[in-house]
Amino acid sequence: MNGAEMDALLRGFGREQKDLTRILHLVQAEYGYIPAPAVRRIAEHLNTTESEVYGVLTFYKAFRLRPRGKYLVTVCQGTSCHVRGGAGVFEEMKKELGVEPGGTTPDRLFSLDTVNCLGCCAIGPTVVVNGTYYSQVSVEDVRSLVAAYRKKK
Amino acid sequence: MLTHPTQLTAWKALILEERPAPQKTVVVSNGTCGRASGSLDIIEALKQELDGRGLEDRVKLEVTGCHGFCEMEPNIVIYPGEIYYGRLKPEDIPAIIDKTLLKNKVVDPLVYEDPKSRRRYSQLKEIPFYRKQMRLLTGDNLRIDPDRIEDYVLADGYQALAKALFDMTAEEVIREVESAGLRGRGGAGFPTGKKWQFCRNESADRRYIICNADEGNPGTYMDRSILAANPHSVIEGMIIGAYAMGAAEGYIYVRMEAPQAVRQITIARDQARKHGLLGKSILGSEFHFDIQIVEGAGAFVCGEETSLMSSIEGRRAVSRQRPPFPAQSGLWGYPTNINNVETWANVPLIIKRGAEWYSQIGTPKSKGTKIFSLVGKIRSGGQVEVPMGIKLREIIYDIGGGIKDGKKFKAVQTGGPAGGFLPAKFLDLAIDYDNLVQAGSTMGSGGMIVLDETTCMVDLARHYMHFTQEESCGKCVPCRVGTRQMHDILVRITGGEGEEEDLARLKELGDSITVASLCGLGQTAPNPVLSTLRHFREEYIDHIKHKKCAAGVCRKLVPRTGRKAPPEVRRTKKRRHD
Repeated sequence: MNGAEMDALLRGFGREQKDLTRILHLVQAEYGYIPAPAVRRIAEHLNTTESEVYGVLTFYKAFRLRPRGKYLVTVCQGTSCHVRGGAGVFEEMKKELGVEPGGTTPDRLFSLDTVNCLGCCAIGPTVVVNGTYYSQVSVEDVRSLVAAYRKKK
Repeated sequence: MLTHPTQLTAWKALILEERPAPQKTVVVSNGTCGRASGSLDIIEALKQELDGRGLEDRVKLEVTGCHGFCEMEPNIVIYPGEIYYGRLKPEDIPAIIDKTLLKNKVVDPLVYEDPKSRRRYSQLKEIPFYRKQMRLLTGDNLRIDPDRIEDYVLADGYQALAKALFDMTAEEVIREVESAGLRGRGGAGFPTGKKWQFCRNESADRRYIICNADEGNPGTYMDRSILAANPHSVIEGMIIGAYAMGAAEGYIYVRMEAPQAVRQITIARDQARKHGLLGKSILGSEFHFDIQIVEGAGAFVCGEETSLMSSIEGRRAVSRQRPPFPAQSGLWGYPTNINNVETWANVPLIIKRGAEWYSQIGTPKSKGTKIFSLVGKIRSGGQVEVPMGIKLREIIYDIGGGIKDGKKFKAVQTGGPAGGFLPAKFLDLAIDYDNLVQAGSTMGSGGMIVLDETTCMVDLARHYMHFTQEESCGKCVPCRVGTRQMHDILVRITGGEGEEEDLARLKELGDSITVASLCGLGQTAPNPVLSTLRHFREEYIDHIKHKKCAAGVCRKLVPRTGRKAPPEVRRTKKRRHD
């Protein structure tokens, strides 16, 4: 990102504290994460401090400070998924990708995340890859699911 | 742009005129569960077949939000006749068109078979899952394409708003809601009319109303379904509430993990603006009101009123001390009223059909219907809307078809991380706010997670504590440190390193966190542990003394029976993350 790009992004946004989360969502949608220079620009735009922006963005799970992989794999850890075997699916996914939640594979292909409920509880365990939902995922399904995305590249 | 209430009726007539009734309608359920199960492929297959055969004028394809029967997704309903087909594959579509749409016959192999009785039902209304429900809020989901405000108007949408604005004073609206007996559907069950009155009574030059759509309880998803399937019902409820309380600005704070809900409520809000139902001089009246939509950013604590307001203000979502209550000093210090999605959706119904009608549904102190997410180890899972006062047994066995895979019922968890567990002795409990609290749980926002013998209660308590200690905002010590301590003790117990004193420690910590925490999250966080200690103490003792986990979930412990747990349990439950 460069300064001009950021300025263009911030154009049209208000300069009040209440605009902060919306701005963070937008920056993340654009870059996949919140780059450090963006934090500086946002702080300037809102006439606040960088520490304030960091304070807010690290409070919420949605925002990340590091780039994510091409595919974001989210494994639901909600209660319904949990009692239906979601914990096992999560363990298997960690093994298959070789990363912990929040981590990204060295080839930058996959990032792994957990979520506390995706709201399709009757058909869990649920896994989401870049917005595509997979239901009733079993431990055995994990490998082929990941393989399909590896093949796609 | 509607500038007079009579134009609403005229608009409805115009829509009917422009849209000649098709001979047949195919309704496809396309909610989150539907999509996850392949509904988009079904829609594509239907489009191709209908176009290919030149049937697109005779058969109308209606894509709607969730119909509730998540277990059977993707499913369709064909009108007239209300023929129901579930768990469809794209290759089933040609046969459905040949037989049902062209010859009015059912496709036998696709007819729904009830897993409990093995009886077959071709019509939606006969299916046991639907038979005992009372779908006042969710019934229209079958005829509303959430992308089209016209569908909502056809279902008599915004008529309640016209009635409130032109035939009722603000005070009358509040009195109607109060005498209907509506209580907050977010969990606390506070009388809605009273809450509105508090907000109206405050003298201020500005007031706010908020729709709490930060539905965060794991295993609970009715709010996002309402927003995704019938978003205008929430908007209409909010406009009526704003009129009653004298608010000019409203916020919908919606969970980002529910992208479909965010999308549909945004579309609906924009349509309402375009047609003069939001903004200046609504329906030509002197009332002005508009709605902003704020997307959450993944923090469970935002479901708590004061945290939610901090989040709208663009700050860290930490809770504040109450009093002052939001009705006195809320958003940016102004009087604010916060209601949950389902509460708002009830409002048009009450205004349209009257408090007298509404208050006949339910129990003496809990009126109307409640939507539950019936999930977990249940045969027919999904979203069910039932009258208050229905028995737990009716929901689980008559509607839900009983326990999956022939297993035995162990307990049902209600109220999410703030709630508790109800073992078999409560199956005949009539469900309402007060009975659930008396039984040691809560209504919560409507989560109902059914558990069987393969669920380890200690592990589940650990699961909930893991959740709350992670989601604690960190402002107050009892919640931040206490939930962590409880979690660590439970990790030890499920790992086979529990001590007998741990039970007393859990109880003591739990009681202290309950009384000393600043907000609802902390005050209720120990509930799943305290509740399992009360009803399933022997499981804790098994884990601690005998180092055994009868359910076969805790992998460091062996099942009590001495033999290995059934293979499917071992495969899926062999590890946990702590």
